[in-house]
Amino acid sequence: MCAAPLIEGTGLTKRFGSFTAVDAVDFRVEAGEAFGFLGPNGAGKTSTMRMIGCISPVTAGELRVLGMDPTTHGAEIRARLGVVAQEDNLDLELTVRENLLIYGRYFDLPRAQVRSKADELLEFVQLADRAKSLVDPLSGGMKRRLTIARALINDPELLLLDEPTTGLDPQARHLVWERLYQLKRRGVTLVLTTHYMDEAEQLCDRLVIMDQGRIVDGGSPRELIGRHATRDVVELRFASDEDRQKAETRLEDYPRLETSGDRLLVYTADGEAVAERLSTEGIHPETLLVRRATLEDVFLILTGRTLEEA
Amino acid sequence: MATAPLTRVLEREVRVWRHFWRSTVVFNFINPLMFLAALGVGLGGLVQQSSGDVDGLPYLDFITPGLMAAGALQAAALNSLWPIMAGIKWIGTFQAMVSSPISPAAVYGGEVLWNVARSVLGAVMFLVAAALLGGVPSPWAVLAVPACALCALSVAAPLTAWSATQENDVPFSVVARLGVIPVFLFSGTFFPIDQLPSGFRPLVALSPLWHGVELCRDATTGHWNPDAQALHVLVLVALSAAGWRVGTRTFTARLTP
Repeated sequence: MCAAPLIEGTGLTKRFGSFTAVDAVDFRVEAGEAFGFLGPNGAGKTSTMRMIGCISPVTAGELRVLGMDPTTHGAEIRARLGVVAQEDNLDLELTVRENLLIYGRYFDLPRAQVRSKADELLEFVQLADRAKSLVDPLSGGMKRRLTIARALINDPELLLLDEPTTGLDPQARHLVWERLYQLKRRGVTLVLTTHYMDEAEQLCDRLVIMDQGRIVDGGSPRELIGRHATRDVVELRFASDEDRQKAETRLEDYPRLETSGDRLLVYTADGEAVAERLSTEGIHPETLLVRRATLEDVFLILTGRTLEEA
Repeated sequence: MATAPLTRVLEREVRVWRHFWRSTVVFNFINPLMFLAALGVGLGGLVQQSSGDVDGLPYLDFITPGLMAAGALQAAALNSLWPIMAGIKWIGTFQAMVSSPISPAAVYGGEVLWNVARSVLGAVMFLVAAALLGGVPSPWAVLAVPACALCALSVAAPLTAWSATQENDVPFSVVARLGVIPVFLFSGTFFPIDQLPSGFRPLVALSPLWHGVELCRDATTGHWNPDAQALHVLVLVALSAAGWRVGTRTFTARLTP
């Protein structure tokens, strides 16, 4: 219980000129957990990650990573981190295997150790058969997996992943998630940013929701949904705006109604009851969907916007 | 410990180079042969017929150190531009490096030294090609190699530093066309600088290539002129040191904002 957190930010702030990217955020990441920063683009997630990764100086506030201060011990901290940046920055002039070999050398690891580690990691990310290929012909999902393998070359205690599956097709995403589960099971602490609520729900033990440089709330996905949303959500689409407004007035007695684009969202403990009531009252939406509440709903309720379009 | 990461940057460059070293070596050898044959032997023959020696040297002997230093400078300058933008932005190799224990200053230092190393390789190949054509009268010519290295460093250090401050490569073409080419042509490379209008001559002292060419020419022709040579070395060292100082800062600001 009293073990020191792996990462601790207190009043952590990042400014670029007059623009405040991260505005006095507080968070703790414990050893062994998967921790997420969920928020739309521009929420300050990447800036926070870059400060944790010791590649961006802290403007104000306190940050401790692995018990050390990034300002004075950046290189020592980086030696124990794995970093998967948002944009693949693989070495396009080298082969798949060479990418791992040279990255291991950046960490001053002995050549023989790097060679065996590289082969082990290529197996782990299912790229052993592409070892001699150059990087460019690889698919997006393969490049991502190679970037993850590269980040693991130094056996990091802490793996930072910035938008790990953005731009990947569903199958490639699942393959990445599956590898990340494996790492989590082995005890690697994962810290990731995402604007996909399903990614946050799948991977994160705990997360904070970020918006406009601030942390809006934090907890486990289940806690956050329980605290802010209801069990069910009824999603309604109408043929016209008038129909939608009419329905909105009729459903006013529901404490939580949100509009998002052309959808009307009704938050309720019992979605089926809402559906029945609509039909008895003669309201006929074009589409009607009853589903469980997600982190997307939590974000919408907290900020009034969706993760994708915020 | 402080220099270990810099050698890792060099190690990466060597690894990349192993993929294309053959074409580099062939190019580094064929290119001087062609230039020296055309300008030194072909054009040089005409010069010799109409005006005799240039600055007391057969034209081939005059132009050989000029082209040698100019080749080193040109390669160093071009390698300080686009490849740096690729590492910072287009491919992001440098971004990946600084996420490891390697510092931005080490990335800068490693890239500059690798750039110089490639110029040295080019200079050695040039010297071999020139010797085959008979343009290298003195055995002191081996000292032209360190002279080329210093000339390359004096350009690579400041130019690499500057490249890291640019958002895109538009200004690079301007530097290549309006910076490198005039320096290449008017630094005593092809003709003695007293052929220039007198108003231009002081400007030549600002050209790192002129200092490099003078050092190279003294070496390949076996001239000993310690005062002037010390001054040339001093100018090139000063440019290199100033560039290095700025470069560690511009790389730090750019890679870890």
